Amino acid sequence: MLKASHKTGLVFFPAFDWAISATHPEREERLLYTQDQVLEEGLFDVNGITEYKSELVDIKDVQRVHFSYPDAWRVMTESHFISAGGAKTIAKAVMDKSVERGFALVRPPGHHAMRVVHGGRGFCNVNNEAIMLEYLRQAYGIDRVAIVDTDCHHGDGTQDIYWHDPDTLYISMHQDGRTMYPGSGFTQELGGPNAAGTTLNIPLPPYTGEAGFLHALNEVVLPAIDEFQPELIINSAGQDNHFTDPLTNMLFTAQGYSELTRLLKPDIVVLEGGYSIEGALPYVNIGIILALAGMDYSHVIEPGYDPEKLKQTETVTRTVEQTCETVMASWKQREAIGQRLRGDQEFAERRRSVFYDTEEIHETQNETLRLCPECSGALKIDSTSDRGAHILAIHVPRKSCSNCRNLGYQWYESAKTKAYDMICIQDRVEDSYLVKTP
Amino acid sequence: MIIGLDVGGTHTDVVLIGKEGLEKQVKVPTDTSALFQTVLTGLEKITEKIPPGQITHAVLSTTLTTNAIIQDKLTPAGMIITGGPGIDPEAFRTDAHYFIVPGAIDHSGREIEAIDPETVKTAADQLAASGIRHVGVVGKFSARNPMHERQIEEIIRDRFDKVFLGHLISGNFGFPRRINTTFLNASVYPVHRNFFEAVKKSLKQKGITVPIHILKADGGTMGLDTSIDFPGQSILSGPAASIMGSVAFAQDGAETLVLDIGGTSTDMAVLINRVPLLAPNGVDISDYKTLIRALKTKSIGIGGDSCVRVVNGRLTIGPDRSGPAMGYGGPAPTPTDALFVLDRSEGGDRELAIKGIDPLASQLGLSVEETAYEIFDKTCREILAGARRMIEDINSKPVYTVKEALQGYQVNPDHILVLGGPAPYFAEHFQNISGYAVETIPECQVANAIGTALSRTTCEVTLFADTQKGLATAPEESFSQTVNLDFSRQDAHRMAAALLKQKAVRLGADAKDIETEMIEDLEFNIVRGFRLMGKNFRVKQQIKPGLIHDYYTISKKIAESCVQSSIDFHE
Repeated sequence: MLKASHKTGLVFFPAFDWAISATHPEREERLLYTQDQVLEEGLFDVNGITEYKSELVDIKDVQRVHFSYPDAWRVMTESHFISAGGAKTIAKAVMDKSVERGFALVRPPGHHAMRVVHGGRGFCNVNNEAIMLEYLRQAYGIDRVAIVDTDCHHGDGTQDIYWHDPDTLYISMHQDGRTMYPGSGFTQELGGPNAAGTTLNIPLPPYTGEAGFLHALNEVVLPAIDEFQPELIINSAGQDNHFTDPLTNMLFTAQGYSELTRLLKPDIVVLEGGYSIEGALPYVNIGIILALAGMDYSHVIEPGYDPEKLKQTETVTRTVEQTCETVMASWKQREAIGQRLRGDQEFAERRRSVFYDTEEIHETQNETLRLCPECSGALKIDSTSDRGAHILAIHVPRKSCSNCRNLGYQWYESAKTKAYDMICIQDRVEDSYLVKTP
Repeated sequence: MIIGLDVGGTHTDVVLIGKEGLEKQVKVPTDTSALFQTVLTGLEKITEKIPPGQITHAVLSTTLTTNAIIQDKLTPAGMIITGGPGIDPEAFRTDAHYFIVPGAIDHSGREIEAIDPETVKTAADQLAASGIRHVGVVGKFSARNPMHERQIEEIIRDRFDKVFLGHLISGNFGFPRRINTTFLNASVYPVHRNFFEAVKKSLKQKGITVPIHILKADGGTMGLDTSIDFPGQSILSGPAASIMGSVAFAQDGAETLVLDIGGTSTDMAVLINRVPLLAPNGVDISDYKTLIRALKTKSIGIGGDSCVRVVNGRLTIGPDRSGPAMGYGGPAPTPTDALFVLDRSEGGDRELAIKGIDPLASQLGLSVEETAYEIFDKTCREILAGARRMIEDINSKPVYTVKEALQGYQVNPDHILVLGGPAPYFAEHFQNISGYAVETIPECQVANAIGTALSRTTCEVTLFADTQKGLATAPEESFSQTVNLDFSRQDAHRMAAALLKQKAVRLGADAKDIETEMIEDLEFNIVRGFRLMGKNFRVKQQIKPGLIHDYYTISKKIAESCVQSSIDFHE
């Protein structure tokens, strides 16, 4: 009888009755053929593979991560509660040691959802991994975590949420932002002044193949993780690097994804994008599950697989190698980079704009971070959308010092409800979320 | 009148049911080494002095195929397998006579790799050379497109006595289960066929020519001829017989937990509005996970004759049985002995029972009566704990739609129905410690045979329709029809219902008594390149397990007469 050498938990929530719109890539049909493949393989019958029923996250789980306008209920649909809940269910099973590793095969995805949420971005409304991780930190006292994002699109939402968090190493490998949504994720994006180097971006040129992905993994991801020493490794597993994906231009394969999973040894995998619903997803998902469970995946060869045709060019190989060297150089100098960014200022400010493509909302953010020597610093985001919403969002980090925490509350108390549509403070020390509205 | 015959471990129950109710009941000892004789004796006794013309049919539930599998007395069968991307089919090897040949179909039924007739012929040569007479042919995704299985059958069918095709066995996905199920069908085929041909012949010699139906693990019946092609469906019909028997006693609209307490074990099931829940995939037997439709049952190793011990200062009950209760001259103390000591049950020798429990009492530092009470209480609590685990298991089954996730329907029985020999003695205590309303089926110890006699024919049908491909298929029914782009969900429902009715009648159902039920109903837009190209429908319909409509009132009548004659423990 088949046996998993690593006990593996799965949540499968294909949301067969939920779509962004009828012909949208994020539609009912997306995981249909994956379901067929999973059921036909009999994966849930394998000794050591357990299927879990997805729970729903509650509003507190969402408020631990996001500032949603007008509120979490109105930026989320039911499916978002279940999708994030699937990640949470799997994470609990891993933490409770019911299984060694887990994979949440859920939709909709989440890695483009940032800390402030005015609407949907890149098919994402709330960030499944962040909601799961902050729950784990709250409930299980987890501290240092690495998130490795292998979706073809830069996970700008996860990057945003952990930009100032020195305890979360966020590494994204993705198709170069000059050729792909959301247009970010360049090597110089390394995290905020208090967390320099704990964000790493490996932009890969179009037509990167197995060799390039595995090079990035072996030369950047694994060494950085090795040095960072996380308690948990989370993989945001987008499957749109596949050579058949309709939205991207990469040459990755089911074998490549399986190999990557075997080498990365993630504790928790959360499905992100991937829209080649017949040609890639059934095979990539099977490959990832088998690799997680420590089972043989050598027969997971998708139709159309031809190693010769899918080989990346020499130019691509050189570009990937150079990029990896650049990223590793920054990683090694991260202390110095942080010091340079902080200088001797008390506050760091950042102004940026965010576009929500689903509803075409433009948001402008003015961010103020206290450059605290004791903690990662109180954070204040003044956010205005072109729909007229003006909000003030204050984040007191999990390991905040009392000065930063007091400052957070000072900001909160002194902000006038006349000036804002919503003022909120997310206090991760107390695990509370307060809102003032006019 | 209908004959119902249920072969149990120790005795075989036979009933004759007519329009007036239970006409006759017979109990004969089961001789597992001469099952044929047991069945024949049972049928002879029940038909004695009954004019043959009055019997419409007989339904049999035997342990024949079950025992063949559990005791590993299978006739060697060959397997020819086609795989495809995914897990290496070598992992599902049944035995030495297992050949993986080229050929692959993908999840959507497209051919990825053609079969190679020469390799198939070579495999067939080797199987034939090993003396194999029965062969199973199974392809990955054959439930979506059975083309390769049929092509292979075409090549090999003249070489063997019988070829079983995986896609005909179930419309459900699950390649390893399909392999196991096909293998079991091929392996029990000779023993099943020989047995029932002999039964038929012997009955004919005695002038009894009634149609014979076979009970299945899902609590439904199939005609004998069908069972020859699908002998695997007859496994584990024993628990189904008891549960179907309890259906007559359950209340309309209630969620009922059925506990069938036997000597060695307690079998459990859940009825919702008198319909038993089905197992989600298929039945497990020995080391085989199958696609054989079965009632959702759970068996725990606690019964009236379970061995009671003290281990590390604590009482343990079961899971083994070493013989009858000491009160009946058995070798080890049992919960039944506890009943004798507590004067809750009669018939056994109380002194012998005390002698059995006494050593346990001194180990525990309690009196014999106190120990007997502890045994009694623990038996009831462990049975209920087992039931709770089963219900948790049912409720933790994942759902795949937002609607189901939000509705969060949870099974929550408020009634317990207890069957089996020791049932009446435990019932009151169940009620005290669970808070559920508890009813027993005490005198009526042939509920299993009644269930066997009155079960209706069940079956299910899976229909796929893809309007982009312009095809509706039900491979299990060997059905395929072209459809237009405007083929709708309602069309799919109608098509599935028609297929289901045909199938039910073919299996022996009364065409007037067919109640269909939708068990899966999904519709997907097929979008390619951001354009809507068509629709994909997946419809599954079934005839749910239940009692034959015409006999509904009769089953009620039998149930009432049984209950009236029972001891009312509330007093």
